[in-house]
Amino acid sequence: MALLEINDLHTSFFTDAGEVKAVNGISFNLERGKVLGIVGESGSGKSVTAYSIMQILASTGKIVGGSIKLDGEELVNSGEKTMRKIRGNKVSIIFQDPMTSLNPTHTIGHQIMESILLHTDRNKKEAYARAVEMLRLVNINEPEKRMKQYPHELSGGMRQRVVIAMALACEPDILIADEPTTALDVTIQAQILDLMTSLQKELGMAIIMITHDLGVVAQMCDEVIVMYAGSICEQGTADEIFYNPRHEYTKGLMRSIPTANTFGQRLQPITGTPIDLLNMPAGCPFAPRCDAAMKVCIKCKAERMQINDDHAAACWMNVKSGVESGEIEFAPADGEEKSENE
Amino acid sequence: MSNTQNNKPLIEVKNLKKYFDINTGMFRTRALKAVDDVSFDIMKGETLGLVGESGCGKTTVGRTLLHLYKPTSGEIIYDGKPIKTKADVNVCRKKATLVFQDPYSSLNPRMTVSDIIAEPLDIHKMYNTKEERRERVLELMARVGLNSEHASRYAHEFSGGQRQRIGIARSLAINPDFIVCDEPVSALDVSIQAQVINMFGELQEQLGLTYLFIAHDLLVVRHISNRIAVMYLGKMVELTDADTIYNRPLHPYSKALMSAVPMPDPNIARANQRIPLTGDIPSPLNAPSGCPFRTRCAHACERCSEETPAFREIEKGHFVACHRVEELN
Repeated sequence: MALLEINDLHTSFFTDAGEVKAVNGISFNLERGKVLGIVGESGSGKSVTAYSIMQILASTGKIVGGSIKLDGEELVNSGEKTMRKIRGNKVSIIFQDPMTSLNPTHTIGHQIMESILLHTDRNKKEAYARAVEMLRLVNINEPEKRMKQYPHELSGGMRQRVVIAMALACEPDILIADEPTTALDVTIQAQILDLMTSLQKELGMAIIMITHDLGVVAQMCDEVIVMYAGSICEQGTADEIFYNPRHEYTKGLMRSIPTANTFGQRLQPITGTPIDLLNMPAGCPFAPRCDAAMKVCIKCKAERMQINDDHAAACWMNVKSGVESGEIEFAPADGEEKSENE
Repeated sequence: MSNTQNNKPLIEVKNLKKYFDINTGMFRTRALKAVDDVSFDIMKGETLGLVGESGCGKTTVGRTLLHLYKPTSGEIIYDGKPIKTKADVNVCRKKATLVFQDPYSSLNPRMTVSDIIAEPLDIHKMYNTKEERRERVLELMARVGLNSEHASRYAHEFSGGQRQRIGIARSLAINPDFIVCDEPVSALDVSIQAQVINMFGELQEQLGLTYLFIAHDLLVVRHISNRIAVMYLGKMVELTDADTIYNRPLHPYSKALMSAVPMPDPNIARANQRIPLTGDIPSPLNAPSGCPFRTRCAHACERCSEETPAFREIEKGHFVACHRVEELN
């Protein structure tokens, strides 16, 4: 049994303009001790997926279907009381901006001790010792002095370390990191990513790494999920996703990032603009921007197709190439294959 | 992206300093040395990339070049003429302009797109009739790939990438020679970022523009720049062509910076031997004596704390500010 099992999760926001299906039927498993990367553009639903797991959605947001199982225990509709025991204890989250996720009116020490006192039966003195130990673990010098300081007295990288210390204080099984290094400089980013890798190895927790930076994914993740418009386009091991992408959106992403070899060449951007979630097309959400879109893509959404043991993608191109190479027998029985023939 | 047209510099910067007075108590101020003695040239038709951590003074350099900040001391020579008087600045303003980082806060929400783009034309009185103004706006919109039907819309109706195009069209309105691009793509999504980067390249080819491209995404800077300058704590530490700084950086800070870039390729990323950089960038109010990088440098010696290293030309076109560069490389 996987540590976290998400099955056909649907999360919507009910706005004045209508229902926004931010997460539209995603399923994945997270194994113990693995690092899973979720990449996608803004509005692709990667953060909402994380917030759904933690159930910290804005008041207009609601999980409308599917299931989230942590260690076999169903979290959807489990009630606030259960969730409080899970948040910060079994599952922790760190946010993009370390300034806004720390309370400016309390000391660092107070904030780290808060979750320890809440979730464990340690007394105040033990909680203090644990907080100092955590600060030392995330390589903060003079931890006793830092305990008495306020967030504004620390630099950005230091604040993010404090947030990590806070998140790990109760030894969670899962750490969700929502763009943890986007607000930081590259040298500080490198420090934080190294720290997360070493802590992950040391404590054996699983990490869900949400980012738009493919470089961070390449460095950190065992497995990668690519999201677009609330759906999973492609899922597989990092090597499979980077070296053998099988969804047109993933291929587009890989082509559009500058690398050491693209100097003096034009990048090949994905044309068009991201989709409006209020007006979702009937077929593949990426079809309007896809250069390879076929008639079937506009008519109906591709289901998840298993490419090999480590790799799945939801793209009709795989059927097309399969038919062309003769791997898939051509059977013009239902709609999709017929339109391919047209 | 394009090749440099000739070796004549468009902009020469000599010993530029920009200090800000910071209140440190009642009636007391201290100088924050945002830019401290920086000298470089930007050639005609070239893209000079400027990289460094936040707070290193790269934005201040860009803004001081355009005289949005008055330099504390030093000289800025634009196309052979030193910029000194207010009249010089006004001439320069018609030739040099800026693209901002945030496409949300840099466009006035109460103005239509055509008014935003035409504002520089209005200010510099660059048209005679209303028809001329309209034509120019539509031409600019076409140039940056915006639909001319959208001219009467407001900025909030556009996506981030389109807003950045509006900002670029506004910058192009005065027919500039030189544009300071201050993190123009860092607020955009990856797929949109590539569109805008390509556009910068195309505009440079078509219009012969010169760019100072400020960014913290080193892969983007590498892609677009001919030469790259690395700044640290108000000082330039290394300046050379883009290839060299990636493949053979000489300054210890540049080395650490380049090794910290997460490469979007799992095999390279896993094999990458990072040069760890401990600690944070010191506050520019309490800059270390001597070499600004010595507090985080693994190779710092006594001399580094006593003497500020000169920005020397180590080999042709490769400037480094480090005492020990020869023995370390």
